[in-house]
Amino acid sequence: MTKMSGPFKFYTHFHLVRLLGIRARNPVELLEGLKKVPTSSIYYHTHHFLEKHHYLSPEPPNDFAYWLSNILNQKDLGELFASVDIANFRDMEDVRSEFIKILEEYISKGRRIVNCPEGQEFHFSSCITIILPTPYVASDLREFVEVLDKISIHSIYFHMFEAKMRLRRGASDFANWFRGIGEEKLAEEISELSIYTITLNGLRKKLIKLVSKYAKN
Amino acid sequence: MQRIDGYAAVVGQAKIDDLYLLAEKLEDRVIQNINSTSVGGGVAEILTRMVPLMKQLGVDARWDVIKGNEKFFGVTKKIHNALHGVDVDISGEDLEYLRQVNLQNAEEMQFYGDVMFIHDPQPIALVEKKSGDKKWVWRCHIDLSGPKSDIMDFLKSYIKNYDCAVFSAPAFSADLSIPQFMISPSIDPLSDKNKELPKETVDSVAERFGIDKERPIITQVSRFDRLKDPIGVINAYRKVKRQFGCQLVLAGGSALDDPEGFKVYEEVKSVAADDPDIHVIFHPPASDIEINALQRMSTVVLQKSLKEGFGLAVAEALWKARPVVASAVGGIPLQVVHEYSGFLTYSVEGTAHYLRMLLNEPEYARTIGLNGRKHVKNNFLITRHIRDYLALFISLYHEDDIIQF
Repeated sequence: MTKMSGPFKFYTHFHLVRLLGIRARNPVELLEGLKKVPTSSIYYHTHHFLEKHHYLSPEPPNDFAYWLSNILNQKDLGELFASVDIANFRDMEDVRSEFIKILEEYISKGRRIVNCPEGQEFHFSSCITIILPTPYVASDLREFVEVLDKISIHSIYFHMFEAKMRLRRGASDFANWFRGIGEEKLAEEISELSIYTITLNGLRKKLIKLVSKYAKN
Repeated sequence: MQRIDGYAAVVGQAKIDDLYLLAEKLEDRVIQNINSTSVGGGVAEILTRMVPLMKQLGVDARWDVIKGNEKFFGVTKKIHNALHGVDVDISGEDLEYLRQVNLQNAEEMQFYGDVMFIHDPQPIALVEKKSGDKKWVWRCHIDLSGPKSDIMDFLKSYIKNYDCAVFSAPAFSADLSIPQFMISPSIDPLSDKNKELPKETVDSVAERFGIDKERPIITQVSRFDRLKDPIGVINAYRKVKRQFGCQLVLAGGSALDDPEGFKVYEEVKSVAADDPDIHVIFHPPASDIEINALQRMSTVVLQKSLKEGFGLAVAEALWKARPVVASAVGGIPLQVVHEYSGFLTYSVEGTAHYLRMLLNEPEYARTIGLNGRKHVKNNFLITRHIRDYLALFISLYHEDDIIQF
């Protein structure tokens, strides 16, 4: 876990979607794809919805679950994928292993394997991330709250999701900084937030409320 | 000309600040866009708005158009159709003609860009003149999910010389040796085609075209092109006409690089001739306010395309909170989440079915329309599109998946 000290510098990020040219028509081909794509692809398919649908919509939490449930109509398998709680994993290799385990178990039961309709194949993608500094810096919790209210949701996303799962910083940047300035309890509360089932604007509000509580103390 | 900062009122200041951050990293690069028409069609429409906005951000973006005669555009239209899977007779002589016109243009043009951003197949062969450390990007706006293989092979012989290719949807990607990216196109919420209109403007357009605003209005806005299936639209309308007493508006124009447009318009007019409630409207290019008004007065908007690059008319209608019934082709499923932000259809019968549902249930239709507007706001506005292009240009100068400044 990275312990941060000094003022907190806010960064933001941008994703560029790369098409890998790997397609799947059924669960067997999905398994083959999952085994060979880069981890950035697993990351992309389990995270891009967070920024794309930053309001509540009937989107399942990852592309694999959506495709299995809505295109292949294999609702039971789709539900298993949807219920994988990414927040409980250390990094994307562990998430990949979990998906592979689910698919291997499902296929080993001898279930009938159907192909999707033509033109509705699963297309594996990945992403290139560009990380840029913003002008915002916070030296204490009060300033931190002020910045949280101003920065874009992409900045919140970067520090809360990308830092932990793609840059492998062990925890979110926010939790690491709070720990670094001696706010252990706040860091703990931040780490325990259920961040995959909330909109980014909802997360912003929650963070502001939480940090404000400690800023007053 | 719209100011980039004016978009903050729509998407929020933070997103505009993000664009400035990205643009800073490109301040010493020149981006040279090249396509085949300056007027008409989605590509010209996007570039008209986007190039000035990029300049305001501090990016030196410019735009050139290749020259072609009737024969050239006849060949490129055949290629366009073949890439959409249509059986067309294209000779080796045709393909050589395309190449020769490209080479003539290359002789007359200055290649001054650090990034050569080439749009669609018409100017694809300019890459033969690739030299030095310029980055060449092929931006494909059309649906390549089921192309005729001989024409695709012809294109690939050029694509392989580009540094990367960009497609509008994952299904359009091809088996290529170069990196491929996905960037969806967009609409401009502040353009004449999409901005809010006063009620009087909408009323006057309805009056001018003899449209009765008191009765349901079904509309399809698209170029007069067989791949947009205007006859299928009329057939779907005829299935619901008797029950709902509705009207049909088929409105669109033609791009300068599409020689078939007027012919298709005449065909549609003749099929619709026996029904005074079908309004077939051929718009000249500068008719954006009229198109905007027609979309806003519509009860339901259709996009019953057989093939579609992205289908920007869908995003336009969704932005105006209109309920949409659209074919599940090309980039449309990215815009329409079935039964949430519209309906996806596969047939004339299916289109008629969803039309009945929406015409019967105005409250439900309203909810669907509002969901669609939110979806477009988050994903298909020009600010997101500019952000993706800037990220693409930056990525051309870096090797890794994570680029940290």
